[in-house]
Amino acid sequence: MTSFLKELANEMSVTAAAEVPGAAPAPAKMAVEHLNLFYGDFQGLRDVNLTFPENQVTALIGPSGCGKSTLLKTLNRMNDLVEGCRVEGSVLLDGADAYRTLDATDLRRRVGMVFQQPNPFPMSIYDNVAFGPRSHGVRAKADLDVIVEESLRAAAIWDELKDRLKKNALGLSGGQQQRLCIARALAVQPEVLLLDESTSALDPISTAKIEELIGQLKERYTVIMVTHNMLQALRISDKTAFFLLGEVVEAGDTDTIFSAPIDPRTADYVAGRFG
Amino acid sequence: MSDGFNLRLRRPRPSVVACSPTLGALGAVNLMPACFAKEDALEAHIARSSRRRRAVSVLLRWLTYAAATVTAAVLLFVVGYILVRGVPALTPDLFQWEYTSENVSLLPALASTVIMALLALAMAVPVGVGAAIYLVEYARRGSRFVRLVRVTAETLQGIPSIIYGLFGMLFFVTACGWGLSLLSGACTLAIMVLPVIMRTTEEALMAVPDSYREGGFGLGAGRLRTVARCVLPSAVPGILGGVILALGRCVGEVAALLFTAGTVAQIPDFGGQGIFALFDSCRTLAVHMYTLACEGLHVNEAYATSVVLLILVLLLNAAMRVAAQKMEVSKK
Amino acid sequence: MLFSLLNVPPASASTAAGSGGAGAPGAGAGLAAAGVPAAARVPKRRPHVLREGAARALFGTAAALSIAAVALICLFLLANGVPAMAEIGLPEFLFGTTWRPAHDLYGIFPMIVGSLYVTAGAMIVGVPGGLLTALYLSRFARGRTGSFLRSGVELLAGIPSVVYGFFGLVIIVPFVRLFGPGTGLSVLAASLILGIMILPTVITVAQSALDAVPARYYEGALALGVDHEHAVFKVVAPAAASGIMAAIVLGLGRAIGETMAVVMVAGNMPIIPDSLLSGVRTMTANIVLEMGYAADLHREALIATGVVLFVFILLITMLLNVIRKRGEAR
Repeated sequence: MTSFLKELANEMSVTAAAEVPGAAPAPAKMAVEHLNLFYGDFQGLRDVNLTFPENQVTALIGPSGCGKSTLLKTLNRMNDLVEGCRVEGSVLLDGADAYRTLDATDLRRRVGMVFQQPNPFPMSIYDNVAFGPRSHGVRAKADLDVIVEESLRAAAIWDELKDRLKKNALGLSGGQQQRLCIARALAVQPEVLLLDESTSALDPISTAKIEELIGQLKERYTVIMVTHNMLQALRISDKTAFFLLGEVVEAGDTDTIFSAPIDPRTADYVAGRFG
Repeated sequence: MSDGFNLRLRRPRPSVVACSPTLGALGAVNLMPACFAKEDALEAHIARSSRRRRAVSVLLRWLTYAAATVTAAVLLFVVGYILVRGVPALTPDLFQWEYTSENVSLLPALASTVIMALLALAMAVPVGVGAAIYLVEYARRGSRFVRLVRVTAETLQGIPSIIYGLFGMLFFVTACGWGLSLLSGACTLAIMVLPVIMRTTEEALMAVPDSYREGGFGLGAGRLRTVARCVLPSAVPGILGGVILALGRCVGEVAALLFTAGTVAQIPDFGGQGIFALFDSCRTLAVHMYTLACEGLHVNEAYATSVVLLILVLLLNAAMRVAAQKMEVSKK
Repeated sequence: MLFSLLNVPPASASTAAGSGGAGAPGAGAGLAAAGVPAAARVPKRRPHVLREGAARALFGTAAALSIAAVALICLFLLANGVPAMAEIGLPEFLFGTTWRPAHDLYGIFPMIVGSLYVTAGAMIVGVPGGLLTALYLSRFARGRTGSFLRSGVELLAGIPSVVYGFFGLVIIVPFVRLFGPGTGLSVLAASLILGIMILPTVITVAQSALDAVPARYYEGALALGVDHEHAVFKVVAPAAASGIMAAIVLGLGRAIGETMAVVMVAGNMPIIPDSLLSGVRTMTANIVLEMGYAADLHREALIATGVVLFVFILLITMLLNVIRKRGEAR
């Protein structure tokens, strides 16, 4: 493990040196500024400042209860459902304030979310994927057919499911359900995709498929994922932010965070000393 | 430490492909550049239909508001109207011990109601609770006997009261030879409320955590002792809720009693006849109310009687709420 | 465990009580039958072992009593109703359109039709409002308003049917009279009052089904950018479909079996109603109106009416079971 990391770090220090002069900053798709979040009296997030670059995968890591999932739910305002939840500071999508200028439903369409537990609706596979577009006014069968097929293809599950689109989605395996949920999220053509520990309930093979899928999705989407699995963050993310007790301890390139963390707490966590 | 991302560097990383063990299996996946050719179509749809969608949402929301308002209005109107017309009609005459066609006193009917309901519950509660204990604590889950009991209990629950009335008339009144009597009526009611008590007790018992049972068995107590000492006490509020529900049905019942208990407006004379008063015919308050309303001669008295019935229902509902709260507390 | 030796096979307990129940539904029969072989199998008679066995037998008998009750009800209704059907002739009884006991004409077709009309009317009046109210209570109501309405619905459920009938008689019937000829005692009046009466059944059953829908469906819909109303109507409500169907069917059963309220507002003419405003007699009303003075074949024909009603109710119960099974299968 350590030797692998060292190797990685070595390799990267070389390439980094080579690339620095030409590199332009990636444009930020989403950003949070001075974000404080309270559940009643409890402060869940403390002065969080982060930017999420476009077409990159950002991983949020940290021990349980550190606020990473809370932050994720703040990005598409799912926290609105939690009673007594109060948000201060700003969440920006393309520079527009998600809490003040954007409408919550509009925001959620543009910032899709895949949950920890696969949650397909109790209806057919086709209807699951078509649900979003239908709700947004797409009525024509031909249009829906195209959207369903393309979404399922993009979620790498079309070939498995194309012959049983009319079957109930609850009959699928956990991994298939989760990829169906990704397809369902893609069907409303979001700009950002939030993944909330979306592989933690799955077996290793399904996890691998989804990780691979995420690597492909970032070509079109900005992906922000919460994960408990540090190797997963290392494998598929471009940026990583490490959370502890509601604060961002350290954030930056994934490789730096894992190979040369600045803060000793990050180093401890990444080395597996707590968590 | 939270400076945000330093975004200056974009470095190549070991590719995702190299990390993924299953890529070969997924060769068919292609993210076509032309994927979502319909994207603009969707965007256009969203823009166009957004306003209509909001209108539909508002409409749906107001539909539920309207329905809730109508329900509340119906309730207030029924209860309010009965109270407004009935309360002034409550005269001392209505509370005489003796019923005459002059005073149309409802007191005998009220007393009969209490006796009838208590008698019915005295029969139904032990059987219903016992049956529920058997189903939850003794029987193997899903055995044929249990399924049969469940099916029959459900059937009983669906049977309308007039059928119970017919059965009571054929069985208790005629076959058993008890005549139109308190006993026939109470037995009929007992069968009618049996499934109510069984079901609520079952639910209350199932809500008792298994740790209570394990606690009992762990101390070496037998099943009976465990059930009686550890399980039943915490299920009591739930069972009580069922009993109150059953009581409510007894109080309001007419169709099952017309042909089993009859309509004689007297309190069964337990003082004079002792146990044989069980074979006296009597009318409960609801039956009393029905006869008054149908005769059409005593409309004001009918209003007054419905006020008394409503008050009984309100009291039972309040008792129910207390029982439910106790249940909540005991769950915690 | 010791008393597992006493494990009385459930089937034997049920047959014991069942056979005992036909004559006199006594606990004694079941107790003796279950207790004797059990005691014989235990080598050392320990008092608490006996007590456990007795308790098991006693509780088992109590459970078997509900089976006995259904069996008895079927037995007595059929024994008294079927001969009348045979004597009248089943087609004449079910499809005869004339009910004139004085002339020995017993056709209950008008009553069957009457029951169906009134029930259908009650469903039209009560189901949409009931379901929407359930949706309101489950997903829209906040704070005080919700809890006020919830206890209001409980109160509606508790009001005796005579009180509803009386209310119908003094308010709804005069109201219906405004709309046309006739007394106001009519299909419409009966439908309105029954529609009100099934409200609490529909509301409480549908609401508990809606409340039981897992939050993840609702959240999943919201995360797609769907607003609250659409998420509730398009995802939550369909997910509760089987429970909602059960609510409707329970309301149906309640409406078709309701007696006293209908008798008081329906007019009770034994003819097929030709409009919403004409009087109607349901099967339940038929029984209650004439049972007081009927004798012989007339009386048996009334019981046979009860049998027909019972068959309807059994069909509804079966339908309910099918719906519940489907709900569980999902």
